[in-house]
Amino acid sequence: MTIKREEIENLATLSRLSIDEKTITDVTDRLSSVLDLVDQLQTANCESVVNTSRPFHSSQRLRSDEVTENNRREEFQSIAPEIHNGLFSVPKMIE
Amino acid sequence: MNWETVIGLEVHVQLATKTKIFSGASTSFGAEPNSQACAIDLAMPGTLPVLNKQAVHYAVMFGLAIDAEIEQESIFERKNYFYPDLPKGYQTTQLEKPVVGRGSVVIQLEDGTNKAIRIHHAHLEEDAGKSTHEGDLPHGVSGVDLNRAGTPLIEIVSEPDMRSAEEAVAFAKKLHNIVTSIGICDGEMSQGSMRFDVNVSVRPTGSSTLGTRTETKNLNSFKFMEEAIEREVERQIDLIEDGGTVIQETRLYNGDTKVAKSMRSKEEANDYRYFPCPDLLPVIVTDDTIEELRRALPELPDARMERFIHEYSLSTYDANILASNSAMSVFFESSTARSDNPKLTANWMIGELTARLNSENLDFVNSPVSAEQLAALVVRIADNSISNKMAKQVFDAIWQGEGSADEIIEAKGLKQVSDSGALEEIVTNVIEANPAMVEDFINSDEGKRKKKLGGFMGQIMKASKGQANPQQVNKILLQKLNELL
Repeated sequence: MTIKREEIENLATLSRLSIDEKTITDVTDRLSSVLDLVDQLQTANCESVVNTSRPFHSSQRLRSDEVTENNRREEFQSIAPEIHNGLFSVPKMIE
Repeated sequence: MNWETVIGLEVHVQLATKTKIFSGASTSFGAEPNSQACAIDLAMPGTLPVLNKQAVHYAVMFGLAIDAEIEQESIFERKNYFYPDLPKGYQTTQLEKPVVGRGSVVIQLEDGTNKAIRIHHAHLEEDAGKSTHEGDLPHGVSGVDLNRAGTPLIEIVSEPDMRSAEEAVAFAKKLHNIVTSIGICDGEMSQGSMRFDVNVSVRPTGSSTLGTRTETKNLNSFKFMEEAIEREVERQIDLIEDGGTVIQETRLYNGDTKVAKSMRSKEEANDYRYFPCPDLLPVIVTDDTIEELRRALPELPDARMERFIHEYSLSTYDANILASNSAMSVFFESSTARSDNPKLTANWMIGELTARLNSENLDFVNSPVSAEQLAALVVRIADNSISNKMAKQVFDAIWQGEGSADEIIEAKGLKQVSDSGALEEIVTNVIEANPAMVEDFINSDEGKRKKKLGGFMGQIMKASKGQANPQQVNKILLQKLNELL
């Protein structure tokens, strides 16, 4: 399966990654080869296998609805690049 | 050409849990910014989500309330997109196997008919944080508060079964009534506890294919929702009739300026690259849990309405209004329990009280006149201590916080005179003081005499400073005048 250059560019945009002109061909080839491997897996006969997204049969453990966390804002915000009046500062998102 | 409107809704309902869906941080509203955002909510490296049992139970309760299929095994997916109020870079949500499957909600239309709106599914997910762009912030900076990040939501997705703004609003109100009645959401719309996305399209009447739809996001009041739909329908019809085509896009409606604008078109739409969340295992809801929750499910609005008709002998009309809002139902039952007068309580609640609450943008939860105070007023109307006219005055005073019904009646000297001896004396005095009116009464045809009573009544009420019991006065007056014939 071949992946188009435009698809790589779109994926890069969605993922907020910049891929320069020189490496884009290389990335396209490498991702195509990963998809080739997926194609190969698709040919395996798994009619008798139930769909699964996890390797073991287990279910989610549930937590009771009790407050266990304290306010650690100061600690967390001490490693933030920028804060303002208790808010995390980010570049303005709207016009 | 005649056009038909087609509407589908996506409704976000904040669940009334004490803590977040994947962490033990508090969800209480109005805290200091970022004081309730823990390491998990902030997506600190090395943290893992642990699912809140209550959130799952609330979602199942909603499914039971709308008679939906409950998925015994549901899974969480990651919906990937970048935005500063989403620390993980993805929203943990459900796509392939949501916890609640197909169901339906019956709405009642203004003409009294019922209509079933199909629910496609409802899924569990986490809310994002909140960004602020105004206020005391440096130039070019937005501020992010992550207290809301990770608050549990269910997103309820309807089929495109609604045909007018009226139906969409009736559906939204019914959902509000259901989720507040079963106690899974506080229903505080102004705090964003329920938010609506409306999908709207139009098509020529009689056509069976759907037109291109637009989605107007994040409406947080019934009024804005109705306005946004009406404006969008008008815009689409004008556009098509002028030879244009509707493009699939996401729009935002500003309720203050009444203006909607395009947010993004389909071409720019995000490709969310969903995949199963590797941090969370499948959620299993056992038959036992479902049955336990079904047994404990509080009374649903439709059942409550039926009960009101039978238990309190209310009309369908009254019962429907009182049961249409869970806070109103609670108020009604609590007040009636004290006054033992359901009909009069219903009248006052549906009339005077609702009008006053609406005019001041209040609800039955924060009504200045409590259920107890209304009951005390109703008791005094029922035992003829005060007339209806006086009752309105007393009601006003209770609303202003001047005290209980009895205190106000006492303070304002409003007690209605029902003592027949005292009333007879006033009536006799008025008759004696007005020989011309008496003459006129006697000389009138029998059929017209009733009309002549008004003049006497006015004088009697004046003489009693408005405190005479009108029904009793009427009786005594007629008796005395008839004696003179």
